Amino acid sequence: MKEFFHRKIERNAIGFVVAIVAVASIGGFIEIAPLFTIHETVEEAPDMRTYTPLELAGRNIYIREGCYACHSQMIRTLRDEVERYGPYSLAVESKYDHPMLWGSKRTGPDLARLGEKYSDAWHVAHLINPRDVVPESVMPKYGWLMRNELRIDDLGEHLVAQQAVGVPYTSEMVDNAVQDARGQAAPDTDAASAVAERYGEATHVRAFDGDPSRLTEMDALVAYLQILGKLTDKANQQAAAVEVEEQ
Amino acid sequence: MVSQLTISERQYALATLLLLGLGGLAMAAMGRGDPIAVHGYIVLIFAIGLSFVVMAGYYAPEPDKTRLSRYYDDPTKVGIVLSIAWAVVGMFVGVWVAALLAWPDLTFDQAWSSFGRLRPVHTSGVIFGFGGNALIATSFHVLQRTTRARMPGQFAPWFVLLGYNLFCVVAASGYLIGVTQSKEYAEPEWYADIWLVVVWVSYFLIYLRTLARRKEPHIYVANWYYMAFILVVAVLHIVNNLAVPIAWNAAKSYSLFSGVQDAMTQWWYGHNAVAFFLTAGFLGMMYYYLPKRAGRPIFSYRLSIISFWGITFLYMWAGSHHLHYTALPQWVQTLGMTFSIVLLVPSWASAGNALATLNGAWHKVRDDATLRFMMVAAVFYGLSTFEGSFMAIRPVNALSHYTDWTVGHVHAGALGWVAMITFGSFYALVPWMWKRETMYSPKLIEVHFWLALAGTIVYVFAMWNSGIIQGLMWRTYNESGSLTYSFIDSLVAMHPYYIARAFGGLLFLLGALVAAYNVWMTIRQSRMDAIDAGEDADIPLFARDAVQAGE
Repeated sequence: MKEFFHRKIERNAIGFVVAIVAVASIGGFIEIAPLFTIHETVEEAPDMRTYTPLELAGRNIYIREGCYACHSQMIRTLRDEVERYGPYSLAVESKYDHPMLWGSKRTGPDLARLGEKYSDAWHVAHLINPRDVVPESVMPKYGWLMRNELRIDDLGEHLVAQQAVGVPYTSEMVDNAVQDARGQAAPDTDAASAVAERYGEATHVRAFDGDPSRLTEMDALVAYLQILGKLTDKANQQAAAVEVEEQ
Repeated sequence: MVSQLTISERQYALATLLLLGLGGLAMAAMGRGDPIAVHGYIVLIFAIGLSFVVMAGYYAPEPDKTRLSRYYDDPTKVGIVLSIAWAVVGMFVGVWVAALLAWPDLTFDQAWSSFGRLRPVHTSGVIFGFGGNALIATSFHVLQRTTRARMPGQFAPWFVLLGYNLFCVVAASGYLIGVTQSKEYAEPEWYADIWLVVVWVSYFLIYLRTLARRKEPHIYVANWYYMAFILVVAVLHIVNNLAVPIAWNAAKSYSLFSGVQDAMTQWWYGHNAVAFFLTAGFLGMMYYYLPKRAGRPIFSYRLSIISFWGITFLYMWAGSHHLHYTALPQWVQTLGMTFSIVLLVPSWASAGNALATLNGAWHKVRDDATLRFMMVAAVFYGLSTFEGSFMAIRPVNALSHYTDWTVGHVHAGALGWVAMITFGSFYALVPWMWKRETMYSPKLIEVHFWLALAGTIVYVFAMWNSGIIQGLMWRTYNESGSLTYSFIDSLVAMHPYYIARAFGGLLFLLGALVAAYNVWMTIRQSRMDAIDAGEDADIPLFARDAVQAGE
């Protein structure tokens, strides 16, 4: 009887190694590579803006604290999710998210459309002690965000790295990253109006933590939470268009 | 242990530690004001500590040539001990984070102890600390036995084992101080990732070089799985961790990919970390220790081939089932679902092959808790792969995704399959390694078995209940056509299940503590006997000195 062909492969270590890599590479290649080349994968959204330096710093705090472990940022195309959280998430909305924070678990609610749903003061109170505003909450307290001064001296480097991975920050934005971070949380200053100039009139310029004299981690995180779902209006426009069609 | 190294290997070790220490010093000096400096100090302390160990044995006489006719098992022994230590730490943190969801104020108002920072310490601690060390330790053992060849050098295995543990320490300590990429199961930052690549390449080379020296013409099936584990994890790790650091002296980096492409890459990685770390590697373990312990040959050689190539090919398509109904294009979701369902075939082929191997040895399963650990592991492997394929079906996933059901599923696999097969293999391996007839206490293995089984069942049932209730509450409509429950209603409903889950986890942790005690006592007994018999050749130098000092 002819020897079973697999017996031959088993005698050749290098051949076996090559076979494993070849067989294992097929699936990932076919599923991932086209996502970069098929243009319909990510919608067009001309009004899409980048995160301001302060919002980016806030996003990094969101990552640092592991918020993504309990909160998703991806509303699925299911009726109950759309009714609970708002229009379902589009790919373009996380186009500038390096990395994405879609999440995998909802111990707390989805945050994809959290922006401007609550006041800054609510967020500050909630982050200091969630049970003060939602008695049943199991979220940790984040009181130290209010005490920690925000690190901004390296924000220019952050924006350069973002440029390197493809986020369209201009060199003017890079040069002014530190002032912009300060300005966004200090309304009625020259720096504040410069932020709105660079990132758009709709940019939130407020003393997010309630104290314009200090720039804290709380400022950054709340600035980030208030922009969630607000970088582009595409999802709302699309939802409205569907509604018109149905009527 | 050091006395078993040749003089030139001791010099290699010191030179490597010197370079490592300098690297740590550079990170500490250049990264002032950045968390990377903390990691610099950790690397430095690690290097200094180990160089003391090497220097303490530096002037011991060269080991004699007869060692080359035996297998080299010192790294396996240390790997077992490290694995169990990580199990205790990782599972303890697991119980803690479980308790945080029931009693959120157990953080004591510290930044490092909040759920978000502790959770990756738990996941990395058990997956990479416990699981990874177990895989390295057992793979060295299985590789040498099944090729009938000694590993080529004595330095490389130590570099892999200890270098890997440095990675684990940097990872876990990083989460506590807020260093994370946020990619699940790939949280460590760029410098830790690069270090792991270096370690991993050395690991692969040990495998290839030992295979090249094999006296057995055929490569045994356990090694196919260990090789797939090493190779594919390398590919996954490198691609998913591509990132641009903000500076060479800063910890923070930004992922090369964004949005939908990043999500797909992450879950291609995430799901195949399950496939090739938590499945392939441990199947390698199973294919050696289960037939050995049962004293039966593998039931079917052809079934092994089908399941091996099936798993290697199909798993890589399945990752997109983590992204059903999201902004990922639907064609990718459909592919992911389809392949996830087909995946059940090779998965059950493996589980069935393992259980059929026990035919004729069921009386041993009844009497021997060690073999029973392995049998139950195979059963849980079959159950959780079935559950996985089921949950990958889009409409099922609509209910289960984002809920505790996923957490329950993962733990059915992690506790029921990965941990059970590991403990079973350890209970078989530890007496062999330390030259004992049996473990210190077979009774304690029995105790551990029932603690582990009870803990797993309590945990999984609690999460099934909470997950399904959660999923149903989120989509319940009242008669007027609006959602019945607020989100917080669903959270309140979880409370009893979160307590039950923490209790289940606690039982499992107690089991791991029993295992740690049992292994420790077995090692101690072995040392005592060696001293009594005057055979102190394989006792570390410091222990020998201690005896002399007492005289």
